[in-house]
Amino acid sequence: MINSKYFFQGFKSIKGLDSPALALGASFIAIGALLKNIGFNIEQSIFSTFLTYALPGSLVMAESFLIGASLINIFLAVWLVNTRLYPMTVSLMPLLLHKSQPRWKYYLSCHFIAVSAWLIMKKNYQSIEKKHRIDFWIGIGTGTWSIAIASTIIGFLASDYLNKDMMIGLAIVNPVYFTCMMVGAMKSLQISLSIILGAILGPAFFFISPEWSVLYGGASAGTIAYFIGEFK
Amino acid sequence: MSEMSSNIIVVILVTSFATYLSRFLGVVSSEKIKETSKIFKWFNCIAYSVLAALIARMVIFPAGELAESGVVIRLLVVAVSVVMFLFTKKNLVYPTVLSAILLSLLNSYL
Repeated sequence: MINSKYFFQGFKSIKGLDSPALALGASFIAIGALLKNIGFNIEQSIFSTFLTYALPGSLVMAESFLIGASLINIFLAVWLVNTRLYPMTVSLMPLLLHKSQPRWKYYLSCHFIAVSAWLIMKKNYQSIEKKHRIDFWIGIGTGTWSIAIASTIIGFLASDYLNKDMMIGLAIVNPVYFTCMMVGAMKSLQISLSIILGAILGPAFFFISPEWSVLYGGASAGTIAYFIGEFK
Repeated sequence: MSEMSSNIIVVILVTSFATYLSRFLGVVSSEKIKETSKIFKWFNCIAYSVLAALIARMVIFPAGELAESGVVIRLLVVAVSVVMFLFTKKNLVYPTVLSAILLSLLNSYL
């Protein structure tokens, strides 16, 4: 059903020098500690990472829960902050689609789409035959997802020992990892421009609309970069 | 189960549904998009720039604990880490470990 050779090849991406393990670990340790502090028990914390597996979404959930927001407001806030997963999925899944593979694999494994797994897949897909890419992807996804769940448990258990400076240190690891991966992904003019313009326009739009800044800034930066790349 | 804990379960379910929705709709759209098409390229650009926008926002206008450190310190730590990444032949372990230590130290002693 799933080709184990490609599955484990993907799974092993959590080892090695460009492993996302440290970055994912640091940020989900912080999530585990945060969930404990807002009153979740350990099963609920595990359940949360297991089912959501998207960092900004979990942060928004925690913030909204803390101020007692209504369910509809929580839904809208999380949906808004995780809308970025839509262009990420659309720019990944066509690379993995193969007619010989069953559809359930795609609908189930899209759960693994998160920045770290996405960046690793984007970096490595060309080295895998198209037919086997979905199994490779399921391997990457299972590996990164397991780290996130294990780290949530560690963070929950260790929360009493984490002081403020350590939490601040943990919180910078993820943006640093992502920034380095993005710098590493700058291999064509179009992608480099998308990244640089996104990093400028995202924060710029923050002054107009904090909630929508990532989407407005990202969509306009990506569109500008696309046209410059196509018509230069 | 107390009212509080069933409430937490509902919050988790709502959060995961709101998250899965974008992933699910992405797969539905992907069925009709060829990887060689212009629309795929356009979405690819948008995906990278949305991520760049998100990361820049996390550094410049952070939520949570990071907000308690100075923006100049955060930008400095990110810059030093990227330089280290480039100088260590794109090793990701050194810059990520360094960034945590550097920010913790700078934040407690500056």
